[in-house]
Amino acid sequence: MTDGISALLNDHMRVPGIFGSPGGRIITLIFMAVLLLVPLAANFLEIRLQLVSLDFITRILCLAIAAVSLNLILGFGGMISFGHAAFIGIGAYCVGIPAYHGYDSAWLHFPLAVVASAAFALITGAISLRTRGVYFIMITMAFAQMGYYFFLSLEEYGGDDGLTIYSRSVFGIINIENKMVLFLLTYACLVAAIYIVYRIVNSRFGMVVRGCNSNEPRMKALGYNTYAYKLTAYVIAGGMCGLAGALLGNFTTFISPDMMSWSRSGELMFMVILGGAGSLFGPVFGAVTFVFIEELLSSFTIYWALPFGVLLILSVLFIKGGLNGLIQRGWNRD
Amino acid sequence: MTETMLDVRGLKKSFGGVVATDGVTLRIEAGELHAIIGPNGAGKTTLIAQLSGDLAPDAGQVVFNGKDVTNVPTHRRSHYGLARSFQITSVFMGLSVIDNVALAVQAHDGHSFRFWQPATTQAGLRKPALEVLEKVGLINRAGTIASALSHGERRQLEIAMAMATNPSFMLLDEPMAGMGVEESAAMVEILRSLKGDKTILLVEHDMDAVFALADRISVLVYGRIVATGKPDAIRRNAEVRSAYLGEA
Repeated sequence: MTDGISALLNDHMRVPGIFGSPGGRIITLIFMAVLLLVPLAANFLEIRLQLVSLDFITRILCLAIAAVSLNLILGFGGMISFGHAAFIGIGAYCVGIPAYHGYDSAWLHFPLAVVASAAFALITGAISLRTRGVYFIMITMAFAQMGYYFFLSLEEYGGDDGLTIYSRSVFGIINIENKMVLFLLTYACLVAAIYIVYRIVNSRFGMVVRGCNSNEPRMKALGYNTYAYKLTAYVIAGGMCGLAGALLGNFTTFISPDMMSWSRSGELMFMVILGGAGSLFGPVFGAVTFVFIEELLSSFTIYWALPFGVLLILSVLFIKGGLNGLIQRGWNRD
Repeated sequence: MTETMLDVRGLKKSFGGVVATDGVTLRIEAGELHAIIGPNGAGKTTLIAQLSGDLAPDAGQVVFNGKDVTNVPTHRRSHYGLARSFQITSVFMGLSVIDNVALAVQAHDGHSFRFWQPATTQAGLRKPALEVLEKVGLINRAGTIASALSHGERRQLEIAMAMATNPSFMLLDEPMAGMGVEESAAMVEILRSLKGDKTILLVEHDMDAVFALADRISVLVYGRIVATGKPDAIRRNAEVRSAYLGEA
């Protein structure tokens, strides 16, 4: 009897791969390589095309990190947060405000961005997670709007007009005034964020968070204090998004409350859902696709938002599992 | 000499004007299999929800192993040794069968604030999960995604998850619901194997199963217990026959 179980045990002790299906693995790796190499090549060959420029891709990478962090709670945890852009704003202001006062060390900016965002997530999450469904969506949005109006009212730091950052965070030997270095740093942060989420969602903690998404009453009946686990996930996602904000602030060198308006939160949600909520690379596919389509359409017409909206609706209606689902399935179709 | 494991005193619950639980008093002795039967709408599931902690009663007390748990949340009752299964299958549809059960094992293996090591490679979770799956006859389906199971298999998984928390007391809400004859018979065998080892409160419509398994039976009608006794006594009870068994 017991020998039978021991023999079976090995068959049931595998960790899901980070890239999904074999076909999906190839496409994902090619995609990530293109995202790294094309802007570097374009920069080297001095190709002046906006869509492959280091600047354009760096902005996408920052948003992709934010989308990856949102995916941890939205995709894996089932917490539909409509206020995620607040963490981008907080992270950016954690660069802007110290820089304004002459403190330009990255070793201050980045930890501060992560800690402040995580703290905001802890306080707002503790309240928001007592609600569910539509109420959770609305209350997370309300908290983000509170942050928006808070920074709007800070006259000292530009208020409505925003705040210009005159020098980027100083890392010591790594000089991110060089846009290629900033690009590489952002790319490394994105890869690290994806790997962290990969480890988390397959850990004991991650299984609990996914269980809460799938069936919270059952989790409680099994003995889990679901509130504590969901709140922890919310705080991790907030801190990670704060990092994205600090990178974005460094990239734009201009920050304003606009970075955290509710429409920005909506865009992040859309990137996650378009790319494939609950998949590891989906938010990256989503962020890239979203920003590219936005950029292309807006170069044709000032009414770009209309066809964009139609595309978004169609993609949600007809692509099951988002772009990641398409990539994983497409290859395996017999 | 038996001791009382679950002591329910004067439990009341109403929804608007509907009284779903109307002063239920019930004692479950350690080691017994106690069945609750009653017509549809008698308030059986409402009663279970109050015992498990999912629903707060309007009045009355639930005492478990001498401890008043009336206001104790569901997840903590689980750690006192109380497990429940659901009438409407409540498993993690997107996870494999073994992941479902391993998640139940994990709930009672310390805290889960462990963020890095993959849970699916931990023998301490996988082995107990496989052992439970063997007991309920699902071991050959361990790798299957729960949503791909048949109805009967999902009901087996439902029980397996309750068993995997290693409870002393199990609240089973219609484990045979919707099962065919053969599946029901298999479930009766599973419950028989648990009998004696676990104290069980079984809510069930399948009368053959109830009379085959139960040590004692309580009859719930319109939120009240109208009779409690051994199966033979219940079978003979005139009030039960008119209220429930439909033989006036």
